[in-house]
Amino acid sequence: MQVFFSIGVDALAYGMVLFIISIGLSVTMGLMRVVNLAHGAFAMIGGYIASYAARDLGLGYGFAIILAVIGTIIIAIPLERFLYRRIYGAPELTQVLMTIGITFCVIGLANYVFGPTLKTIPLPADLQGPVNLGFRTIAAHKLFAIGCGVAVALGLWFLIERTSFGVKLRASVDNTAMAASLGVRTRIVYAASFALAVGLAAFGGVIGAELLPVEPYYALRYMVTFLVVVSVGGAGSIPGALIACLLLGAIDTTGRYLVPEYGEFFFYLAVIAIVWVFPRGLLGRAK
Amino acid sequence: MKKLILAAAAAILFSGAAYADVIKIGVVGPFSGPFAIQGKNFKAGIDAYIATHGDKIGNDTIEVLYRDVPQADPAQSKALAQELVVKEHVQYLAGFYFTPDAMAVTPLLQQANVPLVVMNAATSAIVTKSPYVVRTSFTTWQTSAPMAKIARERGVEKAITVVSDYGPGVDAENAFKSTFEKEGGKVVESIRMPLSTNDFSPVMQRVRNSGAQAVFAFLPSGPTTLGFVKAYNENGLKEAGVQFLAPGDLTQESDLPALGDAALGILTTFHYAIAHDSPENRAFVEAARKAIGNPAELSFPSVGAYDGMHVIYKMIEATGGKQDAKKAVDAVKGLAWESPRGPVSIDPETRHITQNIYLREVAKGSDGTYYNKEIKTFEKQPDPGLAPAK
Repeated sequence: MQVFFSIGVDALAYGMVLFIISIGLSVTMGLMRVVNLAHGAFAMIGGYIASYAARDLGLGYGFAIILAVIGTIIIAIPLERFLYRRIYGAPELTQVLMTIGITFCVIGLANYVFGPTLKTIPLPADLQGPVNLGFRTIAAHKLFAIGCGVAVALGLWFLIERTSFGVKLRASVDNTAMAASLGVRTRIVYAASFALAVGLAAFGGVIGAELLPVEPYYALRYMVTFLVVVSVGGAGSIPGALIACLLLGAIDTTGRYLVPEYGEFFFYLAVIAIVWVFPRGLLGRAK
Repeated sequence: MKKLILAAAAAILFSGAAYADVIKIGVVGPFSGPFAIQGKNFKAGIDAYIATHGDKIGNDTIEVLYRDVPQADPAQSKALAQELVVKEHVQYLAGFYFTPDAMAVTPLLQQANVPLVVMNAATSAIVTKSPYVVRTSFTTWQTSAPMAKIARERGVEKAITVVSDYGPGVDAENAFKSTFEKEGGKVVESIRMPLSTNDFSPVMQRVRNSGAQAVFAFLPSGPTTLGFVKAYNENGLKEAGVQFLAPGDLTQESDLPALGDAALGILTTFHYAIAHDSPENRAFVEAARKAIGNPAELSFPSVGAYDGMHVIYKMIEATGGKQDAKKAVDAVKGLAWESPRGPVSIDPETRHITQNIYLREVAKGSDGTYYNKEIKTFEKQPDPGLAPAK
C-alpha cells in the first residue's frame, strides 16, 4: 500500500510538470494547427531568462517566473509576425522544417550566449527541501508544481470554453474565412493564442527546471516526450492532455520503480496501444 | 622535360624529415552539440600544452587538426579518421571522447602506421584492440574500484548500486560490485536506469527501501546528474545517512556550480581534480583557463588531452619526426612523468596510464565556489578492468 501511494505521488508530480510544458504545444497543434517543434526552445528560453533573473540579477522566484513568461513572449512576437504567420495552414512538412530550423538556431544561440553548462533556477526557501507526507517525504517544489498544473488546467479550460476569446479562437480555427467575415480579427486572435502557448511553455520550463534542467539541448532533448503527450491526449484537448500526462506519468514512474531494467519499454508500449485504439488521441477532436 | 620530372620526384622523395617539416596531429572529439564542452576541454588541454612547451620539436612544427563528431557515432568517427590519415597525412591520431568512436578507429592504425592516443574514452578494452593505442585518461574500472575499498573502510556492510544502463554504467557497477564483495561487503541490489530518465524520485525510494547504508551511482556527466543529486537530497536519503558514493564524473568541475549545496559531502574517487595542489597543476590550470576562455568550463578531459600531447611530443622526439608508429609507441612504453594530476606512467604491458586515484569530497571554498577536495590518495593504480575484459 505504501509503495502504491509512493508511486502515486511521484507520478502525479511528474505528470503535472509534463502537463504544464506540453499544454502550450497542444494549443498550437490542436487549435492553431501548427506543428511547432520549437516549443521546447521556448520553454528553454523561459528557463534561461528565469535563471538569469534569479541568479545574476538576484530577483525573487516569483519575479523570475513573471519575467520569464513576459520575456519569452516578447521574443516570440517578432517570430510570430515574420515567420509563423507564413506557415498557418501550410502543409505539415513545411511547418516541421521551419520550426526545427528555429530550434537549431535557438540551441546555437543559447550555447553561444550562456555556454554549454547547466543553469539552475534557485528556489525560494519555502520550496526547498523535503516535506513529510507521513508515509514518505516529497520535495516541496513538486507539491508546488502539482498546484501550478491544476491552476493552469482550470484556467485554460475556463478561457477556451467559457470566454468570448475562447469562442473567437475556436471559430477562427474551424473556419478562418467565415470567422473573419463575421468580424473576428483572426490575426489578432492567432497572435494572442500563440503568445499564450509560448507563455505556457516558458512557465513550464521554469516550473519543471528541477526535473528537466536547463541547458542548450533542452530544446530537442524533451521534445519527443512533449509530442507524445499531445498525440496521446489528442491535440487541442485540455482534459485529454491532462489525462495523458497523468496516465503516462503513472506508467513511466511505475515502470521505473518496479522494473527499471526495461527502460522506457512500458511507456512506449502504452503509447502504441493508446494511439492504436484512439488514432486521434484520447479526447482528440475529429477534423 | 624528363629531367624536370625526375628532379621533382627526387625533391619529393628526399624532402622526408631532413629539415623543417610540419607534423600533423588529428584530433577527433565532440566540438559541437550536447557534449561540446568536453571537446572544448580537449582543445584547452592541447592549447595549454602548446602554449607552455612551444609548437616546435627540433626543426619540426606541430600542427593540430580538429574533426568534430558531436555524439557517439562510430561510422563518422572512422570516416573522419580515414580522411585525416589519407588526405591530411596526419602522423598521429588523438582525442576520442566516446568509447565506440575510439573502437571504430583501432582497425585502421596498423595499415596507416599511425599511433592513437586516447584522451578520454574510458572502457578498458580499447587498448587491447590494437598495439598502437596509448591512453592518457582513465578507465571507469580504475576510478570506481577504489571507491569500494573506501566504503568498506568507512564501515559500510550493505550497499546498493544505481547506474545508467549503458556501457560505462555497467562497467562502474561491475567494478564496484566485484571489489566491494571481495572486501567482504554485500551489494543488496543493482539498479540499472534507462539513459533518458528525468525523474529519479522512484529510484531513490527503492534505494531507501533496500536498507543499504550507501548508494554507489554512475551517470553520464551533464543534465541528468543534477536531477539525480537533487532527488537524493529531496527524498531524505541525505538525512537518513545513506552515504552517496560515485566516480568523479558525477562531480566534474563544470557541473559543480549548478549542483551547488546539494552536492556538498558527496564522496567521489577520480584521477584528477582541478583543485589538486601541486606546482605542475597550478601552471596547467592557469594556461588551460586562458585557453578555454570561461574558467568555469574547465573539467577533467583537459588533463587527458594535456598529457596526451606530452606523450605525442615524446613520440615525435623519439622518431625524429619520421612516421613510424611502432617506434613511437615503443618509445613511450614505461614513460613516467609528473602530470598536473600527480605522478603518472604508461604501463609497458597495457599502454594505459598508471596514476594516483584520489578520494575527494565536494566542499565549499572561502570564496563561495565549490570544488573537489582531495582527502586520500591511492598511489599508482593500474587498470583493474583489463583482467576481466580478457
